[in-house]
Amino acid sequence: MRSMALTNERIQERLVEKFGDQLTGFEEPYGLLTFIAPKALNLKILQFLYDDAELGFRFLTTLCAVHYPDMPGNQLAIVYHLHNLKDNVRIRFKVFTPVSEPDIFTATNLYATANWMERETYDFFGVNFVGHPNLKRILNVDEMDYFPMLKQYPLEDGTRIDKDDAMFGR
Amino acid sequence: MAELLHPHVKLPEGSIEKQTTTLNLGPTHPATHGVMQNILELDGERIVSAEQTIGYIHRAFEKLAEHRPLYQITTLTDRMNYCSSPINNMGWHLTCEKLLKVKTPKRVDYLRIIIMELARISDHLICNSIVGVDSGAYTGFLYVMQYRELIYEIYEEICGSRLTTNIGRIGGFERNFTATAFNKLEKFLDEYPRVLTEFEHLFTRNRIFMERTQGTGAISAERALNYGFTGPNLRAAGVDYDVRVHTPYSSYEDLAFTVPVGSTGDNYDRFLVRNEEMRQSLSLITQAYRKVQEFKGAEADVYHADVPEYYLPSKQDVYTKMEALIWHFKIIMGETEIPVGEVYQSVEGGNGELGFYLISDGGRNPYRLHFRRPCFIYYQAYSELTKGAMLSDAIMTMSSLNLIAGELDS
Repeated sequence: MRSMALTNERIQERLVEKFGDQLTGFEEPYGLLTFIAPKALNLKILQFLYDDAELGFRFLTTLCAVHYPDMPGNQLAIVYHLHNLKDNVRIRFKVFTPVSEPDIFTATNLYATANWMERETYDFFGVNFVGHPNLKRILNVDEMDYFPMLKQYPLEDGTRIDKDDAMFGR
Repeated sequence: MAELLHPHVKLPEGSIEKQTTTLNLGPTHPATHGVMQNILELDGERIVSAEQTIGYIHRAFEKLAEHRPLYQITTLTDRMNYCSSPINNMGWHLTCEKLLKVKTPKRVDYLRIIIMELARISDHLICNSIVGVDSGAYTGFLYVMQYRELIYEIYEEICGSRLTTNIGRIGGFERNFTATAFNKLEKFLDEYPRVLTEFEHLFTRNRIFMERTQGTGAISAERALNYGFTGPNLRAAGVDYDVRVHTPYSSYEDLAFTVPVGSTGDNYDRFLVRNEEMRQSLSLITQAYRKVQEFKGAEADVYHADVPEYYLPSKQDVYTKMEALIWHFKIIMGETEIPVGEVYQSVEGGNGELGFYLISDGGRNPYRLHFRRPCFIYYQAYSELTKGAMLSDAIMTMSSLNLIAGELDS
């Protein structure tokens, strides 16, 4: 078992020392420290969490987006889950961006793993990761002209009969 | 397509070729063991660059999950890493149980450990024997396959299916383990260690196998972490990160096991780590089975928690009791409101940290569900792992990473 020296309170303290009241919404759902940051700060926060000797969050567990169509100006949330493997602490933070202007800095220079995670997030939500070396679709076809995980797109009607697909028997 | 992407791939210094050769490895090549494509630029037989194309079997699981009640999502998780689907199923149940604050009985935890570790063995056994096949040794593969069959028979005894298992329910298992299941488990525990030893004898000190795997597809611990590696692939590079130890779930903390690590992060170390993990899994199963046998009286028959909102009542009760009939209807029709909340739960899957990020807004379906699929995350390192390698090594590297198309594409 690892030591649990680094507590959520201490992490919050360090973050507030550095970024002041720009970080909001601190809470601990199911024990996981969560907060909200302005979108322009996402990279600065990731870098600080990475570099700070005490915090040392150097493992990007996941990166994904959530669409909230009913929150004007904040329709898209980009969620980062980070892990400090040494002290074994996880945290989560979110940045919000309007869906009409979904630009946010890429984390690929800090984490090689962010490359495909960001491509996936772009592919499904249309988030434009500024500075990404190869931001193109990854799971969907290149020709697709919309971002399918946005809430306005329903599932295909399973009973539709207008599709003629001899191969897959519709 | 490749010419467009790489109009002028430069040949390395001193090459005797006039130009690079483009090779499409996959998506339906037998050596890829799954539907994925690699566009390789070759200098003779050496790889100059590799570009992966994935998504051939993308089935929109995250979108589908937003339109389904919790219990119907289990079947989606089956189809991610289908070599060890019970781990995915359990990971999903644990996520729901965390959100719903359900406490599972200890016996359920141990039974789950037995199933998850069996799944880990079946996953590693396939991966390692396929690495053997790709180096030209078919025997090991056919030999251990009998024991995967035995594992599948155990699944069948418990849940009725073999590959896409849909095993367990929120709160426990759909039914108690039968005597036959335990008998088969005992047979497995009795015979498999010997078979595993024989399997290791075939490969571990085999000159050809060592020459083929040592030093190929290597990655340093630092790069592996930066690339988000987890599971055996990360441990082979020398980092002892294991979700079962770091964030224990399902009472793993009650059992003793060691986390094997490698040092070079190459194909050989990945092979060794997986073999040792199978031994650790055997020990975990033995310990958990012993604990299961210790339960006496009524406790010895417990196989689920008491969560009437999510756990289907018995048929007998549905036909005779009004309340049970209502629960049954509500569960089947997906008419139960899920409490508001946001959870991240991960389990140590066959390939590493399999995470579920679930957001509920109080509706009947998840508002958002994101799967952290270890395969998807580490496959992006493939071009770095194979740069400058021989084509034949790249194929070994692909199988040694244990790429599962279902998990890649979700």
